[in-house]
Amino acid sequence: MLPESLRQHAVAQAVEAFDAEAIVGGAYDRGELALEIAPPKIASVCGFLKYDQKFVRLSTVTAVDRYPAEPRFEVVYELHSLERNQRVRLQCRLRGQDPVIESVTSVWRGANWYEREVFDLFGIRFMNHPDLRRIMMPDDWEGHPLRKDYPITGSRV
Amino acid sequence: MSDQGTPEQVAAWVDAPVEDAPAPSGARYMVLNMGPQHPSTHGVLRLRLELDGETIRNCQPDIGYLHTGIEKEFEVKTYQQAVTLTDRVDYLAPLSMNLGYCLAVEKLLGLEIPPQAQWMRVMLTELTRLNSHLVWLGTHALDIGAMSVFLYCFREREDILRLFEMFSGQRMMTSYFRIGGLALEPPRGWDQRVKKFIDVFPERVDEYENLLTRNPIWLGRTRGIGVISLEDMLDLGVTGPMLRAAGLKTDARKDEPYSSYEKFDFEVPTRTENDVFARYQVRIEEMRQSTRIVRQAMEGMPPGPWKAADQHVVLPDREKMKTQMEALIYHFKIVTEGFRVPAGEVYQVIESPRGELGFFVVGDGTTKPYRVHMRTPSFGNLQATARMVEGTLIADVIAAIGSMDFVLGDTDR
Repeated sequence: MLPESLRQHAVAQAVEAFDAEAIVGGAYDRGELALEIAPPKIASVCGFLKYDQKFVRLSTVTAVDRYPAEPRFEVVYELHSLERNQRVRLQCRLRGQDPVIESVTSVWRGANWYEREVFDLFGIRFMNHPDLRRIMMPDDWEGHPLRKDYPITGSRV
Repeated sequence: MSDQGTPEQVAAWVDAPVEDAPAPSGARYMVLNMGPQHPSTHGVLRLRLELDGETIRNCQPDIGYLHTGIEKEFEVKTYQQAVTLTDRVDYLAPLSMNLGYCLAVEKLLGLEIPPQAQWMRVMLTELTRLNSHLVWLGTHALDIGAMSVFLYCFREREDILRLFEMFSGQRMMTSYFRIGGLALEPPRGWDQRVKKFIDVFPERVDEYENLLTRNPIWLGRTRGIGVISLEDMLDLGVTGPMLRAAGLKTDARKDEPYSSYEKFDFEVPTRTENDVFARYQVRIEEMRQSTRIVRQAMEGMPPGPWKAADQHVVLPDREKMKTQMEALIYHFKIVTEGFRVPAGEVYQVIESPRGELGFFVVGDGTTKPYRVHMRTPSFGNLQATARMVEGTLIADVIAAIGSMDFVLGDTDR
């Protein structure tokens, strides 16, 4: 459901026209448009934005851990359209227990490393990712360092 | 000839199957491990190359050797303390990192920065761009075999580092930009020092061009090398000079101006050849344009304060702190616990020497950032390595990856 305050934004309107159930919230804050997308719809919305709305670039993918709140994780996608000179942020909320979301590597091959990084540091799994391995930490590392319940210091016992 | 065997024997050796050669069935390829300690990866990058003769069949970059958990570290520092962390990410362009972070937090705070601080920031980030491009040019030429260019480039880089030292007391990890303006008042006589430098610098760029632009060895090693299509680059997240060398006129300084870049007159150079040589030409031209910006900033430097007037965020002057009770209280509050930043999320993009640098900062109303993510240009650019070098010769790998101008600290964070 698109919030009333976002009706004036062409991108938000277009996404709503494409799939009304995909948008579950959003905000326009400090000149930046953020849309909250239902997690199962993320790949199709990204495909729509890339091929239909000219958001050819995926600037980054990252995540925020809202521990101990639920849904705990927020996956953040920053999209950039060179033609429209515009940016839009997509956010998906995931539960803390076994967080999993569809990969967007089918839309942008460049999502590969960004999603690996989120997988490595947050432990969020991406379905249909071609090569979901750790990228920053050693392969045999335990835990996901950017989670809020992962200590900043201390030694392993 | 006699000690090498008869012609019949030689012919038999030539025809005999060699152990490692790729056979049509059950082919075997040589795997070459380049790095992580390799002089031309400029840091700790490991490339796993699968070779068919001298042709690369498959390339797998392996990163993470320099991962230091800086994004985690942000979460336990106050907003102002965290400025010093940003220097260490892209250590060849520390002021660009400072600027991106400060702009993001200032956007979250809704803080207005006085014109002098903005112009000073523009001037120093452009000097940083020169610094970074000089290191790139010197080391890239060194990799390809032009030894002397390195010495020339580092001569000018030394001048820039001395300027940074004059401003901030530090040569590399300057942390000169702070949330709310600058760390210190610009030093006396800075304009003469900057003028002295930019008066001679354009001639120095000509000097580099004399050494390289028409040098047949340089041309042979860079022309037509490292080509990758524009579509692939956009898809894989490449930004900056690499895109401009493929003919795409994109630059955050023009498209999404920040820190009053819209008031400066400069060109965004582009080339269409899309090879290592075109990237070299783009960066050389960027150096000339940056010199123009530095000159404009120096000559038109607006008078006025160099830090914002918000007493909740910016430390008071020493004088006031020692004479006014209120200033003393604010000073104590800011130093001991930091300033509160309202809840919200921002994504601030700037044009670093390497490309699009984005800071995603999440505030939660406390004095420490809840989450900081850095979208660093090197990470995106490096992802295109495999696409760029697969199918080319092993000797061109060094030239191709050098033309991306990545910094491993920036990649691994």
